[in-house]
Amino acid sequence: MPRIGIFVCQCGNNIAATVDTKKVAEEMARLPGVVFACDYKFMCSSPGQDMLKQAIKDNRLDKVIVSACSPHMHEKTFRKASEAAGLNPYQCEITNIREQCSWVHHDKTKAAGTAKSIDLTRMTIERLKKNKPLKKINIPIKKKALVIGGGIAGIQAALDIAEGGREVILVEREPSIGGNMARLSETFPTMDCSQCILTPKMVEVELNEKITLYTYSEIEKVDGYIGNFIVQIRRKAKYVDEERCTGCGECIEKCPFKVESQFEMKLAKRKVIYTPFPQSVPNVPVIDAPNCPKIQKDKCGACAVVCGPKCIDFKMEDRIITEDVGAIIVATGYELMPNERFGEYGYGRIKDVISGMQFERLASSSGPTGGEIRRPSDGKTPASVVFIQCAGSRDEKKGVSYCSKVCCMYTAKHTMLYHHKVHEGQSYVFYMDIRAGGKRYEEFVRRAIEHDNAMYLRGRVSRVYEKDGKVIVQGADTLSGNQVEIEADMVVLATAIVSRTGADTVAQKLGIGYDKYKFYNEYHPKLKPVETVTAGIFLSGACMGPMDIPDSVAQGSAAAAKALSLFSSDEMMREPITAVVNKPTCNACWDCVTACPYSAIERDTVKNRDGVVVRWLAKVNDGVCQGCGVCVAACRSKAIDLKGYTDEQVYAAINAF
Amino acid sequence: MKIKLTKGAIENPLIRQLERVSGEELKRCYQCGKCSAGCPVTFAMEIPPSQIMRFLQIGMMDDVMKANSMWVCVGCLQCYARCPQSVSVANVLEGLRQLHLRKGEDREQIKDVPFPFLKNAPQQAIVCGFRKFVS
Repeated sequence: MPRIGIFVCQCGNNIAATVDTKKVAEEMARLPGVVFACDYKFMCSSPGQDMLKQAIKDNRLDKVIVSACSPHMHEKTFRKASEAAGLNPYQCEITNIREQCSWVHHDKTKAAGTAKSIDLTRMTIERLKKNKPLKKINIPIKKKALVIGGGIAGIQAALDIAEGGREVILVEREPSIGGNMARLSETFPTMDCSQCILTPKMVEVELNEKITLYTYSEIEKVDGYIGNFIVQIRRKAKYVDEERCTGCGECIEKCPFKVESQFEMKLAKRKVIYTPFPQSVPNVPVIDAPNCPKIQKDKCGACAVVCGPKCIDFKMEDRIITEDVGAIIVATGYELMPNERFGEYGYGRIKDVISGMQFERLASSSGPTGGEIRRPSDGKTPASVVFIQCAGSRDEKKGVSYCSKVCCMYTAKHTMLYHHKVHEGQSYVFYMDIRAGGKRYEEFVRRAIEHDNAMYLRGRVSRVYEKDGKVIVQGADTLSGNQVEIEADMVVLATAIVSRTGADTVAQKLGIGYDKYKFYNEYHPKLKPVETVTAGIFLSGACMGPMDIPDSVAQGSAAAAKALSLFSSDEMMREPITAVVNKPTCNACWDCVTACPYSAIERDTVKNRDGVVVRWLAKVNDGVCQGCGVCVAACRSKAIDLKGYTDEQVYAAINAF
Repeated sequence: MKIKLTKGAIENPLIRQLERVSGEELKRCYQCGKCSAGCPVTFAMEIPPSQIMRFLQIGMMDDVMKANSMWVCVGCLQCYARCPQSVSVANVLEGLRQLHLRKGEDREQIKDVPFPFLKNAPQQAIVCGFRKFVS
């Protein structure tokens, strides 16, 4: 016979108002197997926990029930207390008589609440009788991290992990790290030059011995689980030997072919063999194979002729390398929504309608105009510029319903840059709301309006068209209730931030969730902001949603801290609530394999003495299993059970009702 | 109404003069509307105080000059007391009155004021009224 102890919590008045806790305890004490029962004001308080420990010792209890709040709140607390008193922690169960009982009953006579609490606790008793002691799972940890994406978030994460003494692999799709931040001219609200604060970090990444940098590379496949991921990385052919290249740039100079530069947002051209920008890290050019006549048609080859160290190899092919890592940080960043989608703004049709990122390049001292604001159509300095905010954001019909968060701030910054560079110019900003939540952000916007002459107009723009070399903008100012027409020289759209093309594919490879906009889901929006549902995979930066630089950097550091804390011990302990396959009854239908959202079930074999496979059966990988129970429901032969929630336990509880 | 917004319109010299006369910086107003909310005579104004500020910001001086708002304002300074940006709409309206009076239009002569009225009016009203003659 088990020796069960029952502790009924009053939770101040939360439970006691509608449940007669004393009566619940008395009723429970009468049941077979129950040797101790009491009620108490706050079981979760220190005296409450001490009482639990003392009762376990005094009454030689081997199983305990705390009838209190949801197990989400204090299951851990009471299991720890039980463990401290010498019990297996999984012999402690919680009955939820608060959220599922006292809070939903308003009967002040306490009749309904008390009866329900008695029933619920009785069910738990029968369930607990079938509980088996469980042991936490130990998983070995490979103390090496993989960071996907070399923008500011990924750079920060990689640097912090390296600083913590652990090895990091940084994978970047483009030929250089730096990401979108490398494109920016100056950064709000302090107006420091983006390159000036970013490039030192990029160089630090290159020089840090703990960081292995794989640029022009993509994630091919991810296997394994927390502490033990096996990652395949595709190293795309650069056609330039990274080891031998000195970065002299002779090949770039001699290359006779030019194409539109993606880095310059199509405002300038680049050579076919190129580095995206002068401060690229690594400073090794790559050949843009689809546009290279040598690779496509075996014509030219000028770069190879002038290359001193002879490091150009037109026959180079993609390589797949495999790396073992313990944690993965995803920092794949964002891109901008195609502006052509909004016909009314004339982007793509009118040359002088540009995107915010293009304006960044115009204002950047390393940009196509050397930092002078000149409009794309004729190179003239615009005397008036109209900035249109929410171009795609907060537009359920044609764009996205969310706010892109950074546009209010960067538009204010653009008006300042414009005023600083073109003193006589007039800027107009069409906005819906000014969202300047952040340290010194509101003051920044006010400065743009009050000191840098930005004319803010509250309303959207409905029409943009060309007339006599001017761009006519027709909008509204709802504050004065007028339709407004402006003859502008240039229009800048604050384009919506969207997730990267292919973000969903990456998420599927990693087994992490994403929302309808393909932004990655954090485990909990407030309390687990950089974790994912897949243990060991962390997020940082704008891959989770629009984010500014300070937030991205903070998240990079946060994700790095998570990885480092994982690496702080050789093994990690995990809750033993995992699925287990009953080998004799498994008939290898693989329904569980299909059903498992975490890819935690493998196809295992049974071999005879000669090594011949005689049977197939499912096997649960404890490291990956999250204990969701989907496989249990899917199994046709009832061969899978969830530890701590076995069929036997659940049926016992139901039968007791 | 449709307006054409230009640098010239925003930098209307008359509005700049108003800023000098009133000592208020119009750009400071961020259109929260607290002045209109608290003004005891908003109900009688053709254009409420916050809209006066907006109209002036975007260069609509003529509309403001035509409206009765500046004459309805009693100068109680409720707007200034409440304004989070420390803008005094009362000062702006006083500035508008000044500018209007300086134009010298519809100037009245003392002799045109009926004597019985002059005799019975409180002295304060006469002193205030004299601004109409001297401004």
